[in-house]
Amino acid sequence: MTRRRGAPGTALRKAVLAVVGAVFAVPIAAMVAFSLRSADGTGHDLGHWTALAAPENERAYRSLVEGVTNSLVLAAVTAVLVLVLLVPTMVVVHLRYPALVRPLEFVCLVPVTVPAIVLVVGLAPVYSVVSRVAGSGAWTLALAYGVTVLPYAHRAVQADLAATDLRTLTEAARTLGSGGVATLLHVVVPSLRRGLLAAAFITVAVVLGEYTIASLLNRVTLQTSLVQVSRSDPFAAVILALLALLLAFLLLAVVGRVGSAGAGRPVLPGRDVAATAPAPARKALS
Amino acid sequence: MTATAPVDPTTASSATSPTGRGSAAAGARTTSTAGAAVALRGVVKEYAGHVALRGVDLDLAPGELVALLGPSGCGKTTALRTLAGLETVTEGRITVDGRDVVDVPTHRRDVGMVFQAYSLFPHLTVQQNVEFGLRTRRVARAERATRAAEMLDLVGLGELGGRFSHQLSGGQQQRVALARALVTRPRVLLLDEPLSALDAQVRVQLREEIRRLQRELAITTLFVTHDQEEALAVADRVAVMRAGAIEQIGTPEQLYSAPATRFVAEFVGSSNRLRAEVVDGRVRLPGQEVAAVGSPDDGEAWAYVRPEDVTFADRGVAGVVESVSFLGAVCRTRVRTSPDDVVVLDHRAHERREVGESVHVAFTPRAVAVVPFG
Repeated sequence: MTRRRGAPGTALRKAVLAVVGAVFAVPIAAMVAFSLRSADGTGHDLGHWTALAAPENERAYRSLVEGVTNSLVLAAVTAVLVLVLLVPTMVVVHLRYPALVRPLEFVCLVPVTVPAIVLVVGLAPVYSVVSRVAGSGAWTLALAYGVTVLPYAHRAVQADLAATDLRTLTEAARTLGSGGVATLLHVVVPSLRRGLLAAAFITVAVVLGEYTIASLLNRVTLQTSLVQVSRSDPFAAVILALLALLLAFLLLAVVGRVGSAGAGRPVLPGRDVAATAPAPARKALS
Repeated sequence: MTATAPVDPTTASSATSPTGRGSAAAGARTTSTAGAAVALRGVVKEYAGHVALRGVDLDLAPGELVALLGPSGCGKTTALRTLAGLETVTEGRITVDGRDVVDVPTHRRDVGMVFQAYSLFPHLTVQQNVEFGLRTRRVARAERATRAAEMLDLVGLGELGGRFSHQLSGGQQQRVALARALVTRPRVLLLDEPLSALDAQVRVQLREEIRRLQRELAITTLFVTHDQEEALAVADRVAVMRAGAIEQIGTPEQLYSAPATRFVAEFVGSSNRLRAEVVDGRVRLPGQEVAAVGSPDDGEAWAYVRPEDVTFADRGVAGVVESVSFLGAVCRTRVRTSPDDVVVLDHRAHERREVGESVHVAFTPRAVAVVPFG
């Protein structure tokens, strides 16, 4: 096969891949090496990893447990918010108000352009009201996170919507006797399965990696507790950061696998939702 | 224009009583359903500032297959979608067996539809796709499986029930879509250019398949197409649409041999348009006089002569061969008879003339359709 004019050669491509891979691999390898350093600093062992589960350290890591618990609750609530509010909105706009597709995309992308610190300035007075109305539980942070994950979730669902002739499928379902809700559950959701999974998992990844908003609104999450613990036990903080990173990679791998496994259409070049997923997730966890 | 609705005796005789619907004894082969009488009365459809349908009147007799034929944008798909309930109606009535269905939502209209785009649900197998309409009607699992298998057998895909849509060819997908539309035994079948995405050979096979099934099930069918050959080949009657209205409706033979308007004459089949004079029901063509179709008024008119009704002759209108195209069964030759006039004729290959050759052509129709000037 002849090489396209101007395209990089195999060696150059491998070199670029190696450099990019190193950018990701070196810090992670360093984190792993650091977490395996022995207590006396002379060798390597699993001491810091096993110490996390030791009963005598329960008090020291209590805030960490709270942070992890809060983050998991936040991830779940935020994912539900996104799936229940964003997805039906996008489907309705796609099917009935196609002229609003671009404006909706613009609105969903706005959070990317607003720095978290600026967002918090606006959110602070809102949360004073939220606290009075709904209390100051960790889950309330999901309202803010729902906004910050909009660009990523929208992108994931939009990619699937663009790849699916949803109008024809829903019309076919209607002519076959399927009502609105049944069509949504039995045709729309399964047809957008990959996009929905991607949106949900990216949401989880972003929420697990978010620090600024939680810190400035004085909420305890995985990231804020990691920072707190790192001051007294940097090994524990690094180990948990590694675990969070691993979880994110696993989620993204699941998106790719589940979406294309078994039933459904083939993965089309350029339309692989999973392929778009790692970037925001990695960014969120960096 | 209001259309009359003659019933094709072949389809009408095979229609069964409504008791056949829904009884579905397990194991009994699905061979018939009861087509409904459908009527569109003064149907108007307006989009913001654009009129898509301008008072369409159309009748479909039980078991009849009517093709809506017309160029892109003429409103044929819109008319079909209003019948399906996928588009609302601005004005007018749509009745199925006398019952006004304008306000009935699509999922309660009891119509089956095959779309132009492939519309199989990608997350379901072929068998599950065909069962979909039965599931929404809460048909028992065993009966669903039996009826879906029967219908897949009927469209010749009984072995492919376990495949997904992306594992099928375009023709197979449309067959499955047809089976899925028919398995619920709808009273009206709507076909929205179901063959347009297929290659030529598959189109011909599938349209014959559709016609066979439609006759066998005696289901009232509206078939939208922009392909005149397709419409003429499968339909009991053809309605030609233009700019949101029906120009003419009739049997394929009527449309071909007696077009009512200039648009129909020029849209359906190929024609030579000749200046002629009508005198006492006879049409004076260059060099000869033939009978007129219908009863046109005397005076100058356009006469439409099909290329197969023009022959090379020893005497007649003189001209020079401009081009010759080999079309397989026939050759099509263009003969320039004057600086402004070209006559097209179809002939056997052995009568082929060379480009530049001087020839004479004669018009040999038993009767010609004429349309007044204007």
